Amino acid sequence: MDHKGDSDSYASAGNLAPPPPPTGRRVVMGIKDVSDLEELELPSETMPLNMGPSHPAMHGTVRMVMEVEGEKISSADIQVGYLHRCFEKESEYATYTQIFPYTDRLNYVSPMLNNVGYALAVEKLLEIDKKVPERAQYIRVIVGEISRITDHLTCLGASAMELGAFTPFLYNIKFREWLWELLEELSGARLTHSYVRIGGVSGDLTEGFGDKLRDVLRRGREVLVDVDKLLTRNRIFRDRMDGVGIITKEDIGAWGITGPMARASGVAYDIRKDHPYLVYGDLDFDVPIGSVGDNFDRFAVRIEEMHQSMRMIEQALDKIPDGPVMLNDPRVALPAKSETYNSIEAMISHFKLIMDGIRVPPGEVYSFTEGGNGELGFYIVSDGTGRPWKCRVRPPSFANTAILGKVLPGLFLADVVPTFGMVNMIGGECDR
Amino acid sequence: MSQLVLDRLKERFTAGEILETGSQHGNEWARVRRDAWRAVAEFLRDDPATRMDMFVDLTCVDRFGREPRFDVVLHLYSLDKKLRVRLYGAVTEEEPSIDTVAPVWPGANWFEREAYDLYGVRFRGHPDLRRILMYPEFVGHPLRKDYPKEKRQPLVRRDPGRVD
Repeated sequence: MDHKGDSDSYASAGNLAPPPPPTGRRVVMGIKDVSDLEELELPSETMPLNMGPSHPAMHGTVRMVMEVEGEKISSADIQVGYLHRCFEKESEYATYTQIFPYTDRLNYVSPMLNNVGYALAVEKLLEIDKKVPERAQYIRVIVGEISRITDHLTCLGASAMELGAFTPFLYNIKFREWLWELLEELSGARLTHSYVRIGGVSGDLTEGFGDKLRDVLRRGREVLVDVDKLLTRNRIFRDRMDGVGIITKEDIGAWGITGPMARASGVAYDIRKDHPYLVYGDLDFDVPIGSVGDNFDRFAVRIEEMHQSMRMIEQALDKIPDGPVMLNDPRVALPAKSETYNSIEAMISHFKLIMDGIRVPPGEVYSFTEGGNGELGFYIVSDGTGRPWKCRVRPPSFANTAILGKVLPGLFLADVVPTFGMVNMIGGECDR
Repeated sequence: MSQLVLDRLKERFTAGEILETGSQHGNEWARVRRDAWRAVAEFLRDDPATRMDMFVDLTCVDRFGREPRFDVVLHLYSLDKKLRVRLYGAVTEEEPSIDTVAPVWPGANWFEREAYDLYGVRFRGHPDLRRILMYPEFVGHPLRKDYPKEKRQPLVRRDPGRVD
């Protein structure tokens, strides 16, 4: 994804073509040159500057305490935790099924991916992860990829808006709403779906779901073309994104950065490809990687990932087999309603599963999936009861946000907004 | 899957340092003696056969009723070799401290702060061991099993204009 060589595209666009930046000079925000500023020896004192926890240019509750020399950041202390809702502590008191609503609220722009990741972890402990019906696995891939698209749409739309481009935000949100309408049709809730269950999913695809989804994707591709036109060749947008917030390949592993951020820096680590789970091994898709590792690469990788997700969804819709969507195993599946109301055995079984929870054999598992922002891991310690001894989530946003303390120093204050936007810190997931 | 990592560890370290190894649900794990924690971490990162260049996760488990009470749990991954491993470092309740791995992988910094915040395990040599999810005036460590879920905290009053 080399985007450095297309400055001549302005000339071909005809009128009002801005001159290409002189080579060898780093231009920031189109007007300033860093080297010029460094030569000016103005007497300056550093000043503490507080941004957040509630700031109009930051879509997340995070506080940054920075030292600035004029416009330049000399140190940054990123303080998270404002959205801590005791996910782990609450999970220790909830049955395995009751944790699904909590996982919805981790990354609340892609709840399905959290649902799927958590279900897979518990299924590994129960050793039923390979036995989940194939149709349910395909449905999980479809809803998961829909969630990935909504996640990226939110990230890109909100970031563009913070840089002054309001229209792409509205376009993205429009597309996101079409997808959420479909998920609402499936699960009954627009945002907090709790659709996945241990052993399968809570219900089959609705009548005509596939056709509606294909239609939404067709319209969605048009939206992405519009957004791409509005942003990728937009001089203001490019000047604030290009070459800003560069993360090197070496830092990726050491800081535990995963997902689109890692791929933008040239690390082709995608769990769907490297350690396939569900039916990702049967699907044909590419992993886009960046070459520079700046904000624009993170933007471009996310755009391309949405196209790949759409490819995956269409393949999955073609390949999805008929069959049950829930594992027929009385240890995890509730008996059919007709049985529950008409036989004492089924009613007791239903009661036990609801009140005691699904009994998971003692053991420990670390299960990882590709979440919207990177490696979403669940580390569950079971003591053999219906409630986990420990249910830890390895939040991708937490590791991704931590590197801001290293990336921000040296940048201008205005660069905080696009850099933070492209990290896509999701408060619910970062602070749990 | 990642048996190789455990074999390398057993070759390099003595049985007194790598106390136990095993594999469960596709995860390979090793139990490391507390004073060898940092050396094992550095070895796994630098050894050409394992090259654990990616820090994945660090957390703690309160095994209430067992002695030693806490386990610090570290997950590592090798981007090159696609290997994974989980390390346990047991920590006692009387002296809940273990060496930091933040100088080995800078990403461990925040995860260790979180483990300190929620479990009260101190990481020796950590550059900046502050609370991260809770506020500085919080009393106790909420994920310990003897911290009641419904416990209330004293009301804190902040001085206006304080920067921290």
